[in-house]
Amino acid sequence: MATAAERVPVAKTYKIYIGGKFPRTESGRYIALKGKGDEMLANVCRSSRKDFRNAVVEARKAQPGWARASAYLRGQILYRIAEMLEGRREQFVAELRLTGTASRRAEQEVEKSIDRLIYYAGWADKYQQIFSAVNPVSSSHFNFSMLEPNGVVALLAPDEPGLLGLVSNLAPAIAGGNTLVALASETNPLSAVSFAEALHASDVPAGVVNILSGYRSELTEHFASHMDVNAVVCCEGGRKQQREVQTRAADNVKRVVFRTDTDWSGDDAASPYMIRDTQEVKTTWHPIGV
Amino acid sequence: MMSSSVVTAGKPRFPDLSRVRAVDEVGVNERVARFQSRSIKKASKIEALKCVLSMIDLTTLEGQDTPGKVRQLCQKAIHLHDSMPGLPHVAAVCVYPNMVAVAKQALAGTDINIASVATAFPSGMSSLELKLDDTRMAVAAGANEIDMVISRGAFLAGDYRYVFDEIEAVKEACGDAHLKVILETGELRTLDRVRRASVLAMHAGADFIKTSTGKIQPAATMQVTLVMLQAIRDFYAETGRMVGMKPAGGISNSKLAIHYLVMLRETLGNAWMTPEWFRFGASSLANDVLMQLSKQATGVYQSADYFSKD
Amino acid sequence: MATLQNTSAENTLAFTGGWEYDPAPESTEHVEIASRYGLFIGGDFVKPEKGRYFDTINPATEQKLARIAQAGAGDVDRAVKAARKAYAQVWSRMKPAERGKYIYRIARMLQERAREFAAIESLDGGKPIRESRDIDIPLAAAHFFYYAGWADKLGYAFPGRGVKALGVAGQIIPWNFPLLMAAWKIAPALACGNTVVLKPAETTPLTALKLAELIADAGLPEGVVNIVTGAGETGSAIVEHPGVNKIAFTGSTAVGKHIQRSLAGGKKSYTLELGGKAANIVFADAAIDQAVEGIVNGIFFNQGHVCCAGSRLFVQESVADEVVEKLAQRMETLIVGDPLDKNTDIGAINSKMQLDKIKQYLKLGEAEGGSLHQASGKLPRKGYWCRPAFFTGVSQSSRVVQEEIFGPVLAIQTFRTFDEALEKANNTPYGLSGGVWTDKGAKIFRMTQGLKAGVVWANTFNKFDPTSPFGGYKESGVGREGGLHGLDAYLKLGA
Repeated sequence: MATAAERVPVAKTYKIYIGGKFPRTESGRYIALKGKGDEMLANVCRSSRKDFRNAVVEARKAQPGWARASAYLRGQILYRIAEMLEGRREQFVAELRLTGTASRRAEQEVEKSIDRLIYYAGWADKYQQIFSAVNPVSSSHFNFSMLEPNGVVALLAPDEPGLLGLVSNLAPAIAGGNTLVALASETNPLSAVSFAEALHASDVPAGVVNILSGYRSELTEHFASHMDVNAVVCCEGGRKQQREVQTRAADNVKRVVFRTDTDWSGDDAASPYMIRDTQEVKTTWHPIGV
Repeated sequence: MMSSSVVTAGKPRFPDLSRVRAVDEVGVNERVARFQSRSIKKASKIEALKCVLSMIDLTTLEGQDTPGKVRQLCQKAIHLHDSMPGLPHVAAVCVYPNMVAVAKQALAGTDINIASVATAFPSGMSSLELKLDDTRMAVAAGANEIDMVISRGAFLAGDYRYVFDEIEAVKEACGDAHLKVILETGELRTLDRVRRASVLAMHAGADFIKTSTGKIQPAATMQVTLVMLQAIRDFYAETGRMVGMKPAGGISNSKLAIHYLVMLRETLGNAWMTPEWFRFGASSLANDVLMQLSKQATGVYQSADYFSKD
Repeated sequence: MATLQNTSAENTLAFTGGWEYDPAPESTEHVEIASRYGLFIGGDFVKPEKGRYFDTINPATEQKLARIAQAGAGDVDRAVKAARKAYAQVWSRMKPAERGKYIYRIARMLQERAREFAAIESLDGGKPIRESRDIDIPLAAAHFFYYAGWADKLGYAFPGRGVKALGVAGQIIPWNFPLLMAAWKIAPALACGNTVVLKPAETTPLTALKLAELIADAGLPEGVVNIVTGAGETGSAIVEHPGVNKIAFTGSTAVGKHIQRSLAGGKKSYTLELGGKAANIVFADAAIDQAVEGIVNGIFFNQGHVCCAGSRLFVQESVADEVVEKLAQRMETLIVGDPLDKNTDIGAINSKMQLDKIKQYLKLGEAEGGSLHQASGKLPRKGYWCRPAFFTGVSQSSRVVQEEIFGPVLAIQTFRTFDEALEKANNTPYGLSGGVWTDKGAKIFRMTQGLKAGVVWANTFNKFDPTSPFGGYKESGVGREGGLHGLDAYLKLGA
C-alpha cells in the first residue's frame, strides 16, 4: 500500500484493437490475469465471436487499400513498427516479465521481435521477385504468374512466446498485403495487446491489423469458419484443434496453414516462404501482336 | 459527322473514323487457324472448287504483257479445261489499261468481265488528274471493272480526307464500271489500318475492296481478308449496302482458296458466295483447282503437264 | 440497363442453305478398344476383387464402348500398396535424371499415338475431334515433356530450400478433359519423385486406361503409376486410405469441400481444383470481333464443360447490342454434332445426367425472367446434345448467373463503369478465371489486378500451357497445376 509520500501508479487497461481503435470487448467479459504470486496483473478482454466479426469487417474494409499500397510503403511501415517497438523496449520487457518470462529472455524476445519486423520490412519489396515467374508459353502470349495476398487472414498466434510468436506470424502476412485478425497468446497476452499500441503509432492503416485477446477454445471455430476470411494460420494447438480448423475452413475452402513445433526464437522461424503461405498465384495472359 | 454540313443527299459521307473497331492480331490469327481446320470433302469440295473457278479474276499485270499474251489468257478464261464438262468460266480477265481493247475483242460474245487496273497502278504515285484520265481511258476502251489503288502515302501520313476524296472522284470517273479499291495491305502493315482503310473505301463508294496489287509482299493473306470481310459485314449492317471482296496475290492452291470460301461463308454468309460479291485475283490458281477437280473425278493425282499454261 | 436484342431487324446474314460442309469423320480404324478393362495395379491389368464392372458409353450414340472394372476399397488398398512399394524400392531411389527420362518417354509415346488417343477421347467423352486432336492430346504430351525436365532440377525451383517427394499421391480427375487432367496430375507427381494412384472419372475412363497401356509399354517400373476406375466410392477409398500422402482432386466444389473436411486432422496434404463462374468483361473500346470470338471460346469450348469457362459475360452498355448481335450471328456458324466429325464445333454433352442438369438451368433461367437465345442448327437424333445458348435480361441475383452450369450456356449482363464491372465480376464465391477485353493496356492491368481469380486472360480466353500455372482463388480451389508453381503440390520443402 502506498504511503502518503508515494505516488500511486496508474494501472493499464488492456483493450483489444479493432479497426484502428481500442474498444473493450462487446461482451463485457474479461479474464483476470494473475502473476506468479497470484497477484492481480490485469483484466484482459475475453473477446467474443462478435468482436471477431467486427474485426473481420474492419480487416476486409482495409484489405484492398493495403494490398494496393506499394511494396516500398509496406516495407517502410513494417520498419516503422520496428522503430516504435525499439523505442518501447523497456515497456515490453517489463510486460513479458510480469507474465513470468525471465528478464534476459524477455529482453531477447523483444529484440528478436524488432529484428523480425526489420527482416520482413526488407522482404516486402523482394518476395515477389523470388516467387514470380514469366512463363514461356508456346502461343503468342506474354504470360506471367505473380503473387497476390489471400485477403483477410485469421491468425491463431502461439501461446509462447507471447510477443515474438505474434510478431513472427503477423509480419509475413501483412508484408504480403494481407490484412489480419489475430488472437493473441492466451497465457501471455499483455505484450501482444500492447503491441497494438506500437502498431497504432506506426502508420499502419486502421484495420490492417486487428488484435483480440481471449480464450482460444472459444474463438477457434469462429476464426476457422467465418465466410469472409480467406486464410487461417493456426499455430500449435494440437491435432484436435487442427481438425476443427480444417473442417470449418472447408466451408469456403479457406487456405489453412499449420505452424507447429516451431522454435519461434530460431532463425528458421522467419522466411519468405512464410509470406508465400498466405499468397495466391495469379497468372495473366496477354497477346503479343501489332 | 465531320462533314455533315456539306453533305448533299446521295453523296458519299466521310465516315466517323473514331468508331472504327480495334483489331487484335493474335485473335485474328486464331480465327483464321480455326477456318483452316475445317475439312472440306466429297461433294462439298467439288462444289467449292467450281465456285472458286467462277470467282477468279484471271490476271496478267506485267511490263512484258503483249496483245498475244493477253489473247492467250482470254482464251484460257473462256476454255478453262474443255475436256472436263460442266466447268464454269472465270469471272473476269484483269489487265493493264492499254490491253483492255485487246481483251475486249478476245472476250467478245462471252459474259466474262474485263477488269483493268488504273490510277497509276501499282504505286498510285501520280496526280489525281492523271489517275482520273487513266480510269476514263480504261473504261472507254471497254473495261467494266476498274481496280484502283489508294494513295498509301497519304493514308500513312494521316491524310484520310485525301484518300477518301480520291476514291470518290475515281468512282465518279468509272461511270457504270464497278470500282474495286485496292488497299495494298502489304504497305499498310497493321490490321488496324486495314480495317480503317476498308471503312474509308466503302464509305467513299467502293463496290469492292481488294487486298493487294500483287506487286508488294505480303499480298493477300487470310488475316487481312478476314478483317476486310468483317468491315464489309459491319458496313452492311449499318447501311444495308453489300460490298464485294477481292483477295489478290498469293492464293495459288485450291486448299487455300477453299479456306477463303469457308471464311467467306462463316463471316458474311451465303449471299456473298457468288462472283458478284467475291473474287480471287490470281494467275496460277485456276490450274491447281482444275487439277484438284480432275483428281476428284478420276481418283488419280494429277501433273501440271496436262493443264494449259497461258 | 440497356435492352439487349438478340437479332437486329434488318440486314441480317444468312448462314443456312447454300454451300454446306459434307461430313468429314475422323477414321477410327486405328483405334483399339478392348471389350473389358481391369485395374492397372503394380504394372498389370488385374481383375477387381469383387468382380464388378460398369459400362462406359459413347455419349454421341448412347452405345457401349467397353466394360470397366469397378474398384472397391480392397482394390484401392492393393493399388496404394503397389505404389508404396514402388516408391520405397524403386522410384525414390532412382536418380532424378533417370526418372525424367521415363517421363520423356511417356511424352514421346503419347505424341506417337496421338491420333488414337484423340479418337478415343472423342468417342468416350463426346468432345469434338478438333479439340481432342489439336488441344487435349498435344497439351497432355507437352505436359509430360515439360515436367520430365524438372525431375533433376527441382532444387532450383525453391531457392534456399531443400525438396523431398511426398510419397504416394492419390489423384482424382474429372470427365471434361480426361487425358489432359491425367497428365496434369501424373507428370508433376512423377517428376517430383512420387508414385501415383489415379482414378479417372467413371464416364470417361478409356484414355486413362490407354495411358496405362502406354506406361506399361514405356517400361515404367511397375507400381509407379496405378490406375483404378470407379465412381465416388472409389474416390473416397483413395481419400481415406492411410497409406496415401497427398490428395490431388479436380472436380466440383461440393466434393472438394468434402475432401478438405475429411482430410482434417490428418497428415495428408492436398490440392483442389474446383468449380468456377468466370466473368468475361468486354469494354466498349475492345477489338469487338476478336472479343466475340473470345466469348465463343470462353463458353462453348468443350460444350462448356470447363471449370474456367467464361460463363458470365459483362458487356459495356454502349456496345452491348452490337456484341450480342454478333455473338448470335457467330453461334449460327457453330456446328453441333458428331464429335468425330472434323468440322464439329460443339460435340455431345458428356452424360445424360449432365444434359438433364443443363436443361434444368435453361428452364430455370427463363423462369427467373431471363430471355433465352439458342442457335438454330439441327441436332442428331440419338445422343446427348445442347445447342449453344445465352441468357440476356438476367442479373447478379439470378441463379443462372450465380451457379456453375457446366454447359454451353452463357449469362449476359451489361455494365456502365469499370468499377461496376469489377465489383460484379468478383461478386461470386468462385475465383478460378476471368477475362478482360479492351484496347487500352493500362486498363487491362488495372482489371487483371483487381479480378480475384487465379488465371486472367486479357484479350484472349481459355488458353492453357504446361508452363503456365493454373488454379483458383476462394472456392475454386487450393494450389496450382502447371509451371514452376505446380511443383509445389508434390514436394515437401525442407531446410
